[in-house]
Amino acid sequence: MLSKEYIFKRVAFLSATLILFILASIFIMLFIQAKPAMEKYGIHFLFDKSWNKTVIIEEKNPSNSKINVSVSKKIQNNMDIDEDENLFADDDMPGIDSENQDETSVKTDTVFGGFIPIVGTILSTFIAMFFAVPLSMGTAVFLSEIAPKQFVKPIGVAIELLAAIPSIIYGMWGLFYFAPIVQKIFGGSQISLLSAGLVLGIMILPFMSAITRDSLNATPNVLKESAYALGATQFEIVKDIVFPYAKVGIIGSIILSLGRALGETMAVAFLIGSVFRLPHSLTDPSISIPVVLANNFGEANNEMLSSLYYLSFVLFVFSFVIIGMAKFYFLRKKR
Amino acid sequence: MKNLKINNSDFTRNKRLLVNKIILGLSVSSAVLALIFLFWILVTLFIKGVTAFSLSLFFKDLVDNGFRNLIIGQFVMATLATLIGVPIGIMAGIYLREYGNGKYANVIRDLSDIMMSAPSIVIGAFVFAVLVVPMGGINGWAGTVALAIMLIPIVVNTTDNMLCLVPKELREAGIALGAGKYRVILDIILRAAKTGLMTGILLAFARIIGETAPLLFTSGTNSFWTIDMNNAFPSITVSIYNLANFPTDKARNLAWTASFILTVIVLLINLSGRLATQKREKR
Amino acid sequence: MIKAMNIKNFYFTYSGAENPALKNINLPVEKNKVTALIGPSGCGKSTLLRSLNRIHDLYPGNSYQGEIFLYDKNGKNSKNILKFKKENELIDLRVKVGMIFQKPTAFPMSIFDNVAYALKLQGIKNKTELTDRVEASLRGAALWNEVKERLKDDASMLSGGQQQRLCIARAIAVKPAVMLFDEPTSALDPVSTAAIEELVVELKKDISIVIVTHNMQQASRISDYTAFMYLGDLIEFDKTETIFLNPKEKQTEDYITGRFG
Repeated sequence: MLSKEYIFKRVAFLSATLILFILASIFIMLFIQAKPAMEKYGIHFLFDKSWNKTVIIEEKNPSNSKINVSVSKKIQNNMDIDEDENLFADDDMPGIDSENQDETSVKTDTVFGGFIPIVGTILSTFIAMFFAVPLSMGTAVFLSEIAPKQFVKPIGVAIELLAAIPSIIYGMWGLFYFAPIVQKIFGGSQISLLSAGLVLGIMILPFMSAITRDSLNATPNVLKESAYALGATQFEIVKDIVFPYAKVGIIGSIILSLGRALGETMAVAFLIGSVFRLPHSLTDPSISIPVVLANNFGEANNEMLSSLYYLSFVLFVFSFVIIGMAKFYFLRKKR
Repeated sequence: MKNLKINNSDFTRNKRLLVNKIILGLSVSSAVLALIFLFWILVTLFIKGVTAFSLSLFFKDLVDNGFRNLIIGQFVMATLATLIGVPIGIMAGIYLREYGNGKYANVIRDLSDIMMSAPSIVIGAFVFAVLVVPMGGINGWAGTVALAIMLIPIVVNTTDNMLCLVPKELREAGIALGAGKYRVILDIILRAAKTGLMTGILLAFARIIGETAPLLFTSGTNSFWTIDMNNAFPSITVSIYNLANFPTDKARNLAWTASFILTVIVLLINLSGRLATQKREKR
Repeated sequence: MIKAMNIKNFYFTYSGAENPALKNINLPVEKNKVTALIGPSGCGKSTLLRSLNRIHDLYPGNSYQGEIFLYDKNGKNSKNILKFKKENELIDLRVKVGMIFQKPTAFPMSIFDNVAYALKLQGIKNKTELTDRVEASLRGAALWNEVKERLKDDASMLSGGQQQRLCIARAIAVKPAVMLFDEPTSALDPVSTAAIEELVVELKKDISIVIVTHNMQQASRISDYTAFMYLGDLIEFDKTETIFLNPKEKQTEDYITGRFG
């Protein structure tokens, strides 16, 4: 009784359901792997600056009344760092007291906290958006309103090619060619939040331009023509007619690009420094969630792994919410 | 047009025109700046990549300072991922557009679109837990699955859009002749959307072939020639990452050359996809 | 009158609509004659036409009442097509009742494959039989001479008028009893329009035809019977001469003379 029509329809339905299944699996698996860390640290994980910190939690020898905390900070570092960088001059580190160390066995624990990567992710994304939004708007307006007819296609294709370049290429180019220039202009370190944020911005620029341009193009020509007929300048038309009409789509494209930037790994990995330190200024190196994952997943032990999954879960949920917002509230397609 | 304030005295007119000129200038500058970045990157790649370029690179493996195994490895994983992902994506797209109605289809469509922009490294983390750990180590299958997971939402989106463009009269004409729904979809609608679909698939392929993050700890890379998918599998993107981080000049130059080759491949695939659509449209 | 189809007390309501689009339609379709449905935009003529091959079923949520009977070749036994539920019955209905749309809908395949499409669906595989029937259909649609040298060409290469004739050839290939034309010439130039009109008159020798048109001159030129509809009601139905020269209802007269619509 299985007709071809029925089988075909079933297969189509199952394929669509598979997508739902994959998405649910990702959520569930991330959560399961993150659970040990979640149970151990709770919400405090998100605000804890330590990473791979060994702490003494119990003292076995009751005669020694001094409690020492020896801190070993394992710095994951994949980059050549400038020689004037002194990694160990850190105001956040409590002093190391090498005397009076307890000789008998103490129970230690390794503590992980996600505050630094979270801050790094947010800051680098913020820098990227700060840089990319005005440029994208300008480019989109150019493509949609200003460019003479024969340039629209080639420049549009050029922007789309820019979007097609693999992110690792941005990372390489950024590290060796863009970062030195950033340093010349802003000082500080070449490998920094600023460099990472700017290169991330360049990466996100074509994507945002393309979606914004599509929104701008959707403005009916009649509206624009009526305004021209009244003697408005091009800028006024864009400001008073096109942008308000396309407002929802523009906001959507910005939020969507933000969602993408949050999860970007390769462009940032080369440039952010992979240093577990809260930055004092934007030109300091730091680290972001995707970069932590990229650097540590390979050799992580179970303890660290669970914390990495905790971070993955946080990133995934956060990106999902932001991208979902962009989709649901701003970029509804007419069906 | 309540917001459109137009003031017509000479002074304000000149001011308006000046403001207009400035803003338009800024807009043009933005576009020019974007183009400058594009050319800067491409020129850099070309200069750094071409110096060490030679055809022998395509015939030696990384262990001998060539890229043969890396390119082929990347292609193998991307192609397998495409073979897995395209049928699933197209059938899902067909469901959304042709069979689905109402909430379920809309929810899946939205979720799929969201997944298109999801962080690729998290997908790698997922596949790590699901395939790498049970299988005992990084392997080519895990990398392929990670790429497939990234590809499917893109194909669904493309299929959904392309099928939407097929005029409803064409569907009705097929039904009116007495064809069953699945026949109309297979014989008429898919055919009508063929060019758009092929372009979409090609662009999706170009996108996953340039990915690094999902492969980093699922299939890693391998300096040797191997077709054994059960172990670390060669990948040009992951190798570029490793080489670029190596402190020697030699490694970095290799990274540049590999980057150059990768970019050329990706842009070629991209351009050929666009050209194919243009050709059809001209007819 | 030997009937091909008979519509009785037919009501049709679109999905989600409050009021029916068609109210109490009673209309016979005479065998081997051309029946025209005319009326201003929104009167329901296309809705009625599309009910005759149940193509509304593609869009869920519609509801209807009444009966639509399809008679066999002798005009005797009839079935109520509104009762068809199974896929098979509907497919069979659409083979017997063909449809031509306003926009020419050539399938993305060769000219030959277009015409042979429904034949292949029926399971006809024999190459000779296919070729013969394709030729016969193309001749029947007055298109053979123009395309006989290029049957393998893609159908999209044909002009609008030729594509429409291709659609007609495609539909008559399965030898339907009834053919429904939904404003078939409104997208075509005058020359192609004339060709299609000639064709309709020719086809009615073997096929019963129902045509929706907003062009009154066309209706008066080619139809034997005319039904005038307004806002979902059937206002008047009679021989075409009567409708145009001596209408019984004032509304009909107003429409014919151009006072509205």
